[in-house]
Amino acid sequence: MKPRLTARQAGLLSCHVCGQLAQAPEAAGPLRCPRCAAPLHLRKPASISTTWALLAAAALLYLPANLMPIMITTSLVSHQVDTIMSGVIFLWVDGQWPLAVVVFFASVVVPLLKILALAYLTASVQLRSRHRVMQRARLYRLVEFVGRWSMLDIYVITLLVALVQFRGFATVDTGPAALAFGAVVVLTMFAALTFDPRLIWDPLTDSETADD
Amino acid sequence: MRVDPPISPVPLVACHECDLLQHDAPLQAGETARCARCGAELARNPPDSLDRTLAYTLTAAILYVLANAFPLMGLEMQGHHAEVTLFAAVRNLWQIGMQPVAALVFVTAQLFPLLEMLMILLVLLPLRLGCRSPRVAAFFRLVLSVQPWGMMEVFLLGMLVSLVKLAHSGSVILGTAFWATAALILVLTLAGRAFDRRLLWRVAAEPA
Repeated sequence: MKPRLTARQAGLLSCHVCGQLAQAPEAAGPLRCPRCAAPLHLRKPASISTTWALLAAAALLYLPANLMPIMITTSLVSHQVDTIMSGVIFLWVDGQWPLAVVVFFASVVVPLLKILALAYLTASVQLRSRHRVMQRARLYRLVEFVGRWSMLDIYVITLLVALVQFRGFATVDTGPAALAFGAVVVLTMFAALTFDPRLIWDPLTDSETADD
Repeated sequence: MRVDPPISPVPLVACHECDLLQHDAPLQAGETARCARCGAELARNPPDSLDRTLAYTLTAAILYVLANAFPLMGLEMQGHHAEVTLFAAVRNLWQIGMQPVAALVFVTAQLFPLLEMLMILLVLLPLRLGCRSPRVAAFFRLVLSVQPWGMMEVFLLGMLVSLVKLAHSGSVILGTAFWATAALILVLTLAGRAFDRRLLWRVAAEPA
C-alpha cells in the first residue's frame, strides 16, 4: 500500500478557507492564498495557546453564568429570582419535561462539555498523543456542531424581558448571569474556531517520517 | 527559481480536518466525497446548484423581511396586551443596560443572517447572469467568516421555550414573524444543501 501523505509532508500549504493547495516560496514572508487571498499557514497560528486562553476565560465565567440570577420575575404576589438551573427545574416541575431536558442540555451541559472536550483535545494535541485519533476527530466535530445551541437561554430572556413589561403587576428583568453566559458562549465558539483539528493527526505522520 | 502559486493543476485536495492528500475525483450529481482517513466531508455535488441556491436564497430574503417587519409573538394578560418584534426586543435589552447581550442577539439573530443572504445573492446573481470576476473568492471569504455566527434556528427554539414559559401568565399569540422565521429556517437549510462552494472557487481560479 502506498504510504499516506499529508499536504504538510508534501511541502504544500492548504488554504484554511477555500482549500486551495499552494507551494510556499523560498523567501517565507506573510503568505496569502493565491485563490481567495486568505492568510495562508501550515497550521492555524498559535492555535494551542489561543485555545487555552479562550477556554480559561470561558471556564472562569461559567461559574457566575450558572450561579448568579439570569432572570428576575416580579408580579403582584411574588418576586422570583431564577438561575439557569432553577429555570430548568421550574419547567420540569411544571410537567414540561421535554423542554426542561432541552434547556438543561443547551444551557448547562453543552457549555460545560464544550469546555471540557476542547481542554481534553488541546491537552492531547500538546502532548502529541497518538491514541484514539479518530474518536478525538469525531469529538471535535461534535463540539463544533453542538456549541451554537447554548445561545438558547440568551434568546429566551431577550423575548421574555421585552414581552413581559406590564408596569405595576408583572415584569421580567435580566440578571447579571446573562452577561456572563453570553460571554461563555462567544468564548467557547472562538475556542472551537482557533483549535486546528489537523493537529490531532499530525503526530501520526510525524512518527512515520521519523521511522524512515 | 521561485515557483509562483497557483502551481501546476494537480487534481489533489488536502482534507481540511486531517491534512491528508487525496484525489479530487469528479463527482456525479448528488454524490459526496469523504476523506479516506477521517471521514470529513470533502466535497458535494448538489444538482442544479446555482439555480436552486439562488431560488432558495431569494425566497429566504423575502421571508427575512416578513420575519423582521411583523411581531414575533404577543401576550395578553389581564386585559393588557403586548407584542414584540425582534428589533424591539433587542432595543429593549439595550435600553435596560444589557448592551453586550443586546449586541450579541442583534448580530447572531438579525445582522449576520441578513449579511450572509445578501452576500450570497451578490456573489451568485452576477454568476448566473454570466459575469465572472476573479475577486469573487476574496469576497466569498467574508461569507464564510460570517456563517458560524448566524443562529436563527437556535432563536426559533428560543421562541418555543418562551412560549411555554409564558403560557401560564396569559394567552400567547404567535405572530406572523414567528411563522416567517420557521419557514425561513427551512428555506435556509435547503439553500445550504443546494449550495456548492467549489463552484465559486472554480470560477475564481479561471482566468478572467
